Amino acid sequence: MRPADLCNYPSSWFGRDADLVSEVVISSRIRLARNIAGYEFLPCLLPERQQQLQDRLKEVLMSIDLGKKIWFVDIDHASDVERSLLAERHLISRRHATGKGPRSVVLAEDESFTAMINEEDHLRIQFYAAGLQLHSCWDRINKIDDSIEAKVDYAFDSRFGYLTACPTNLGTGIRVSVMLHLPALKMTGQIEKFMNAARDCNLAVRGLFGEGTDAVGDFFQLSNQVTLGVSEEQIIEHFSAVVVPKIIAYEVDARKALLDKKPQALDDKIQRALGVLKSACLISSQEALFLLSNVRLGVNLGRVQDIKITTVNELFMLTQPAHLQLRAGKILDADQRDTLRAEIIRTKLNQN
Amino acid sequence: MLCQACKERTATIHLTEVNNGQRAETHLCQQCAQQQGLSIKSQIPLNELLNTLLSSQAEKTSGEGETALAAGSEHACPVCGMTLQRFAKDPLLGCEHDYTEFQPELMPLIERSQNGKNHHCGKVPSRTSKQDRNQIELAKLRRQLEQAIKDEDYEHAAKLRDQIQALE
Repeated sequence: MRPADLCNYPSSWFGRDADLVSEVVISSRIRLARNIAGYEFLPCLLPERQQQLQDRLKEVLMSIDLGKKIWFVDIDHASDVERSLLAERHLISRRHATGKGPRSVVLAEDESFTAMINEEDHLRIQFYAAGLQLHSCWDRINKIDDSIEAKVDYAFDSRFGYLTACPTNLGTGIRVSVMLHLPALKMTGQIEKFMNAARDCNLAVRGLFGEGTDAVGDFFQLSNQVTLGVSEEQIIEHFSAVVVPKIIAYEVDARKALLDKKPQALDDKIQRALGVLKSACLISSQEALFLLSNVRLGVNLGRVQDIKITTVNELFMLTQPAHLQLRAGKILDADQRDTLRAEIIRTKLNQN
Repeated sequence: MLCQACKERTATIHLTEVNNGQRAETHLCQQCAQQQGLSIKSQIPLNELLNTLLSSQAEKTSGEGETALAAGSEHACPVCGMTLQRFAKDPLLGCEHDYTEFQPELMPLIERSQNGKNHHCGKVPSRTSKQDRNQIELAKLRRQLEQAIKDEDYEHAAKLRDQIQALE
């Protein structure tokens, strides 16, 4: 299997749906930003040195135990569609996909671990897991960080901690994120409340899909902004014990309220979404995300019986632009993509 | 629920005040709440912080004539050549030494983007020398001591003082 073959599978982190928590919290992710002592940060790093650093970090990463199968992808020499595929699967950032100069990514075949080399910082390592599993993400990424650190010197200062290119990542260099599906809060017009609460806790809210910061399809990514003066464990504990349970409770309450007060309106939304998805011949990625989100809610609430949640989850991933093009084996224009997307969705949903 | 002030937009800020056992509720939309000075922490974009940083630099030096201003803006890191002007355009530093070279200018920016914090507290690389580890531990204990005194928790403060003395 090659990285490009990933276009046929959903991401491993977009999978679990066994319990209530995983219905709302799709996945957890922890990322650490690190720089190597003695090398300039990327804005001032000459191309030859950047290449030299990449080779060094590649060697280090390939020499430590990261699981059974590890890929190295040279982003600088990858095709545009391959770069987009990796970005759509959240394995690299958009910034990394569109960056310049020698840069690459090392990734585990199950996509739980990735290391971006020469992104905004020399090294950005991250660990993904389905559902709410921040503590286990931290255990894993912390150990990997230790093994890397045994072989290279990180830029570290006793006052400021790990030194990062941007002062907003200074200190721990940690970014803790959870991906959330909050359709009921959106439907009941309470999403503002969630956003304000997040800001009050110094947390950033972004959309999970799409390129801008606007959340499409009721999916949100919540992450810490403060990286200095608090320990990794404190940040993770605050997320797992305080922030996330509160948001889950809000969303669950909103779902109950919808079921109690407006079951017809709710069923109407879900069934209309399903109707369009099952019969449309052209569908944009925005519309697909929006409608699939409603269907996901329907399945989670038991209002849709004959469709499996895994099918819905899979469709979110597989209908993104680069996924479609790699699957088709050629570059597609927008109309062709909308046709193929509609075809895949129709086939999958009518099969059940 | 409509905003009590403008009666147009939906109220998203709900304030409950209890004065002498009297409960008073206020429901406002975000715009009106901001007008009334109810603090809603909003994310301050880094660029905005940088611009205020640079303009305060300019003010400081403007009194000393143009040469000082020019010297200030051309101040470059001897290791990587980064200047504050360049950093203001794209807020990424050029090397680890910039944190020392531009520390006075970067401090307010760091504190504002890090919720007032200015000291690392967390993981330390295992290669860190024993001396540096001690320094980190000492700084942490001193901050805890300050907090304990503020909280008037003198028992805890005494313990912290002993720990500090043991390390020194």
